[in-house]
Amino acid sequence: MENKDSTVKLVGFWVSPFVQRVRWALKLKGIEYEYIEEDIFNRSHLLSELNPVYEKVPVLVHNGKPLPESFIILEYIDETWKHDPLLPQDPHERATDRFWAKFAEEKLLDAAWIGLCSEDDEQEGAVKSSIEALEKIEEKLKGKNFFGGDRIGYVDIIIGWISYMLPVWEEVASMKIYDPMKFPAITSWISNFREHPVIKEEYLPSKDEMIVYFQWRRKVLKGTFPPMWKTKGKTATFQD
Amino acid sequence: MASEDVKILGGWPSPYVMRPRIALNIKSVNYEFLQEQFGSKSDLLLKSNPVYKKIPVMIHGEKPICESLIIVQYIDEVWDSGHSILPSDPYDRAVAKFWATYIDDKWFPGLRAISRAEGEDAKKEAAEEVIAGLVLLEDAFIKCSKGKSFFGGEKIGYLDIALGCFLASLTVTEKMGNIKLLDENKTPNLFKWAEKFSSDAAVKDVMPETGKLMDFAKVLIAKSKAS
Repeated sequence: MENKDSTVKLVGFWVSPFVQRVRWALKLKGIEYEYIEEDIFNRSHLLSELNPVYEKVPVLVHNGKPLPESFIILEYIDETWKHDPLLPQDPHERATDRFWAKFAEEKLLDAAWIGLCSEDDEQEGAVKSSIEALEKIEEKLKGKNFFGGDRIGYVDIIIGWISYMLPVWEEVASMKIYDPMKFPAITSWISNFREHPVIKEEYLPSKDEMIVYFQWRRKVLKGTFPPMWKTKGKTATFQD
Repeated sequence: MASEDVKILGGWPSPYVMRPRIALNIKSVNYEFLQEQFGSKSDLLLKSNPVYKKIPVMIHGEKPICESLIIVQYIDEVWDSGHSILPSDPYDRAVAKFWATYIDDKWFPGLRAISRAEGEDAKKEAAEEVIAGLVLLEDAFIKCSKGKSFFGGEKIGYLDIALGCFLASLTVTEKMGNIKLLDENKTPNLFKWAEKFSSDAAVKDVMPETGKLMDFAKVLIAKSKAS
């Protein structure tokens, strides 16, 4: 059956948490789109055409114009389809949301990823950094259903990977970052997030498939990781 | 004009601190510039940016805003005096944000890597990467400027600020490393743009003078070698 709005396309990879964010945003806005799966380990010409700078997913294509980078795509979606806003209206609240999204990405996701791909001292350092970051997020979530209060929004979508992917990384790499006993506000947020009527209905990769995938990634990256990670965190990412 | 109770916590050498100052100048908003002492962090900084403890921080009324590009977006959203800093079209805005992120995540770290590179070969390789980045940005300039003087069009915009704040550091790196990075032949549009940006009314008083910045860089290098 043809999608009603074929002017929106999402190029993604089945297990990418960055692509997942865009799926959630599109679903929350009720935007129909065509999903195009790209094997990032056997890239087609599509990615080099649509995202020549990074050759990475996700890429959103709207009316023929491509946009990469999940943070940027999310803000674009919010500005283009103005109903059910993801970011708050107040400029200071928007700045605060942007700050925390960036913080969670750099201090939690990037650190947890290093933990997944390393061992011994390197992993220990990464786990410690991740826990420190999680403590700050815990403070921000206290007394709230979602990051912004009662409604799901931008930051929830950005940190949504915590609710389903972080436990997989922890299991694969035998590390402990999120301890439900130590993080009650995050535990409550995970439940609210996963039970949200829209999030609940959206595709998620299966746990078994994720475990197999990340076991393989850990094996491949463990040997190569330290030099790449030490030069500049951003050059050694999920899709390398 | 009466003060709007805006403070910027920062330091004159920091390119990141330049960004909100340029933005406030564009909006003709007066602010108090509180300079941090190099090597120490004031109580106000620690209180306003407990997470990163870094400059710049903008304090508007009692509210702190952190992270230079986030501050610039905030300024654009609060004041509609002067001209808009971000493009009005959502796609153009997204493209501007994309290149600004590229500059912060890839290009500027590449520039810093030149002075850290050990040996001629490593320096050459690092410089080539920076030049390759400038070639990409030249292409972005052509697309974004649409024939006008700046990335933002007729007037300085978000992407001009994002890249332009690094021009003094670029010049210092060229002089200290005896290399050419911004080349009139390889990136003619950017070359012309650099001059226009640096002499713009909103920029010229906040851009550090090259000689002064180079002296500062030398002191930093000497300190890091001593420790």
